[in-house]
Amino acid sequence: MDIVALSRLQFAVASLFHFLFVPLTLGLSILTAIFETLYVKTGDEDYKRATKFWGKLFLINFALGVVTGITLEFQFGTNWSEYSKYVGDVFGSLLAIEATLAFFLESVFLGVWIFGWEKLSKKAHALCIWIVAIASNVSALWILVANAWMQHPVGYVIRNGRAELTDFTRVVTQKFAILEFLHTISGAYILAGFFVMGVSAWHLLRKNEVSLFKKSFKVAVIFALIFALFEGLEGHMHASEVAETQPTKLAAMESLWNTESHAPMYLFLIPDAKHERNAIEIGKIPGLLSFLAFDNTSATVKGLKAFPKEDRPPVDLTFWSFRIMVGLGTLFILLSLWGFFVRNNIENHPGLLKLLILCIPLPYIANEAGWIVAEVGRQPWIVYGMMKTSQAVSPLIPTQIVISLIAFVVLYSLLGLADFFLLFKYARKGPEASMATAK
Amino acid sequence: MLETIWFILWGVLWAVYFMLDGFDFGIGMLMPFLAKNDTERRIMYNAIGPFWDGNEVWLITAGGATFAAFPTTYAVMFSTLYTPLLIILFALIVRGVSFEFRGKVESATWRSIWDFCLIIGSVIPALLFGVAFANIFKGIPFDGKGIFHGNLFTLLNPYGIAGGILFVLLFLVHGALWLCVKTEGDLQKRASSVAAKLWIPLLIVAVIFLAYSYKATNLYANYFKWPVLWVIPLVAVVGLLLTRLFIAKKSWWKAWFASSATILGCVFFGVAGLYPNLFPSSLDPKYSLTAFNSASSPLTLKIMLVVALVMVPIIIIYQSWVYYTFRDKVRKEDLSYEEAY
Repeated sequence: MDIVALSRLQFAVASLFHFLFVPLTLGLSILTAIFETLYVKTGDEDYKRATKFWGKLFLINFALGVVTGITLEFQFGTNWSEYSKYVGDVFGSLLAIEATLAFFLESVFLGVWIFGWEKLSKKAHALCIWIVAIASNVSALWILVANAWMQHPVGYVIRNGRAELTDFTRVVTQKFAILEFLHTISGAYILAGFFVMGVSAWHLLRKNEVSLFKKSFKVAVIFALIFALFEGLEGHMHASEVAETQPTKLAAMESLWNTESHAPMYLFLIPDAKHERNAIEIGKIPGLLSFLAFDNTSATVKGLKAFPKEDRPPVDLTFWSFRIMVGLGTLFILLSLWGFFVRNNIENHPGLLKLLILCIPLPYIANEAGWIVAEVGRQPWIVYGMMKTSQAVSPLIPTQIVISLIAFVVLYSLLGLADFFLLFKYARKGPEASMATAK
Repeated sequence: MLETIWFILWGVLWAVYFMLDGFDFGIGMLMPFLAKNDTERRIMYNAIGPFWDGNEVWLITAGGATFAAFPTTYAVMFSTLYTPLLIILFALIVRGVSFEFRGKVESATWRSIWDFCLIIGSVIPALLFGVAFANIFKGIPFDGKGIFHGNLFTLLNPYGIAGGILFVLLFLVHGALWLCVKTEGDLQKRASSVAAKLWIPLLIVAVIFLAYSYKATNLYANYFKWPVLWVIPLVAVVGLLLTRLFIAKKSWWKAWFASSATILGCVFFGVAGLYPNLFPSSLDPKYSLTAFNSASSPLTLKIMLVVALVMVPIIIIYQSWVYYTFRDKVRKEDLSYEEAY
């Protein structure tokens, strides 16, 4: 493998691993904050113990999310130095703003929240977890603004042999950025909702702490339902934006080879990238793709063959990841609807409870699949239409990257195992006994 | 002008990072020598518990600011220092998780695994940051295309190693003093005697490093050009002397602040000497990356300056508040606190 392939593989490992932890951080911080707020408002000890229980899982997960994020920031310099030189004027400032505006708040106040249960008033303590939750999400906003700029560069001019910023507001407020942000955090909130539902289900099935876990379940199912429904609508808008701005990605997502007006969709389709066609197409719905992409059944959708081969993304990976994401997204709506309607006597629905435990991994898969669509679907560009990934890499020696890649895989696997082991252990252990029951 | 302001800010971010995370590293490195049992190890963890994460963000910000203000420097610095930088990052990763993971399983083996991670996660960054910065002061062998002509061992030259040892000693003393501030009784006594004992080699290495810099680097040129800059190494020297004075007086907070001033002074001694270079090339000065030839556009520098001038003071205020809120000593009974590390 050459340095481009190796650097890509390393970035893929580092970012996909990072994103195993980020969504739960984004969502569970908010849920924990909600539980603590309910405790402050009602004085109900159940909510305090719920806060501590979910907070502990949040912290175990948070640790790995944070440390693996640092390597991502630095990898733009270590592995993508030509990229960093060329677009740093626009891209670098977004990362720096993320650190000063959000990451500091998040890290500093997390320390206060962990150690401050007895030092701060109840309200001040709850405020700390809200600061952590909001700062984490603001952090995501800046990172996604930066990624959106790679997807759809705006507000710059090519000058002095590089991309220079001309319109900061446009970069930050462009439609692509807002849609990508909403899409990503909704996915994260769904994941957190299903995580809390799944863990609660495990305890409810064992009749353990029924009152506490019913309360947790109710908050989580409403949270998951709201964002699962929202994600359906938002995902459609996001895909339309992709159709406008990244025609090659859309064509790969749908495995559309020929440019067509009244472009159809199929209930079942298997791409055959080698022969630039689809091996199987069943259940044609005429005009649906045109309609979904451009709100008009007769709109023309560009097929992959309209672009030179070297400008097309890998079709199979993009196509299947997109299918998995959308399919799972639909399932999340159905499951959270079901959970919502039976939430008041959820303990009497063992079938659903068992199902929800099994479903804990699914939003993880959906989140990762979404990133594969976004990043693989953008290829061969690192900045869409502006800079190719192959031009972006640092002048390294392959051996260096091979060694660091092995180190990444080994270290991350070990830490990932330790982290999931702890998450399992504490999720199954359940909340600490309250002072009242301990006596 | 904007470039020069950003150059100074760049130096400030790195200097504050070393001042803050420096004592975390120091405590990590002192762990095997100072803690006699698990209770004392836990006291050491909790002495930095509420702070270390916020301290580490200064590194992210220093990296981010380098990217935003001097993208070419960021690109060339991080890719030429590929191997040492990734080793530092891996070390920081295992250190970071050790805080959260260590107390989560009731097993001596489990705990000693994470203690080991904390120790190597502290000593490696302390040493390699010192090595890296000394080499930057001296110049790195890279060409006009940003290709590095050397390997990890090129950096392990005598001057680089001196820089590494200086950083390790600075942080050991700094960490020992933080323990004096945050603990009491036997542990505090041991920490204070370690601080006093290590102060002597620190002084010797610091003098050697300053003298060696005259031979190995170009840093002093700026000092002869702008004599007012001598204030910076003076701060470092006075800080170091005051550190010893306050150790003798058992004024731990003062000693810690004096040691902080020493670290700030040391880092700034190098940064001021570098100006306008950020990342000099030892192959040919024309390849050197400066605050001017590697800077972002004026618009980006202005936007980032506004962000920095608004946010950095706010960060300093709330981070100081956290230090103030958790200023008390960590006692044995604090370890029964449910969330303690």
